[in-house]
Amino acid sequence: MVGLYVVAIAGLSLSFVLDSSRTKKGVKVAWNKFNKILPGYLKILMILSVVLLIPDEMIVKYLGESSSYMGIFLGAIFGSITMMPGFIAYPLAGVFLRQGVSYMVIASFITTLMMVGVVTYPVEKQYFGRRATIIRNVTAFGIALIISVAVGIFYGELI
Amino acid sequence: MKKAQKNYAAFAVFLVFIGGSLTMGFDLGIRVGDNFWIFAWDMLRILPPAFLLIGLFDVWASRKMIEKNFGNVSGIKKYIWSVLLAATTVGGTFVAFPVANALYHKGAGYSAIFTYVTAASLVMIPMSIMEASILGIKFTLIRLGVSLPIVIISSMLLGAYFKRRNYILPEQE
Repeated sequence: MVGLYVVAIAGLSLSFVLDSSRTKKGVKVAWNKFNKILPGYLKILMILSVVLLIPDEMIVKYLGESSSYMGIFLGAIFGSITMMPGFIAYPLAGVFLRQGVSYMVIASFITTLMMVGVVTYPVEKQYFGRRATIIRNVTAFGIALIISVAVGIFYGELI
Repeated sequence: MKKAQKNYAAFAVFLVFIGGSLTMGFDLGIRVGDNFWIFAWDMLRILPPAFLLIGLFDVWASRKMIEKNFGNVSGIKKYIWSVLLAATTVGGTFVAFPVANALYHKGAGYSAIFTYVTAASLVMIPMSIMEASILGIKFTLIRLGVSLPIVIISSMLLGAYFKRRNYILPEQE
């Protein structure tokens, strides 16, 4: 996070020293792009605030009690519909682990959480178009399942 | 434009709802507000510098340079650059989508931007460190080791598919 600001400020300063009019143009481009996508981000924020009302205990209950393949599938479903920043997602994954949820189910939850975005659809669509957005998300869901099965095999949870 | 205004209006109503819940102690509304603030704070901190960098990238990066390193002619190199760029991207897909779009319009190939976006959600360095400290280094190593080849192979397939269809990503300004 600090690194991002260091890079941004350094980049801006360097750019300004090299060519101030081009820098002004760059800032304007940044502002236009941001302005255009802001309503999409706000929409996502609103949806997420409501989706995250799903209590953690409920997720644990479903993920812990299911059979292995069903658990992976449910983990991927929960992960796909919700979205969280890493600093919330990983501590939550730690809680899951302590409550007896298997590694492969945690893997399916975490990977889909990061990779599949049902709620981020409005923003992704503006950058990728409808077709690429849908295909990317479906592929990502498949990749997450493969990763989870691999994790299950490595941890001896499947065979 | 009308759609954007609708979203702003909905957002204003949403804020009033949260404000009202806070003053009147409406529990459900307060919880929604808490969730909202977690994400809003994250976005407020990450999006301004991220978009600033995208704007600077737009005016400085030459088409030739991007084509050479991320384009269809660049061979294996584009995957390496895409993964490295993804590993250091802060902010997950919220930042990765606009970056991918900017790269594409500067001449990056489909397989490169799909590698970038997918890797940005799987191999980010700060996140992987956090993961290893909570779930164990073994978990992270397995996940990364399995992910990387799959990410690249699936991006090649997706890239070939979209190229054949002559698909074009929407332009953002």
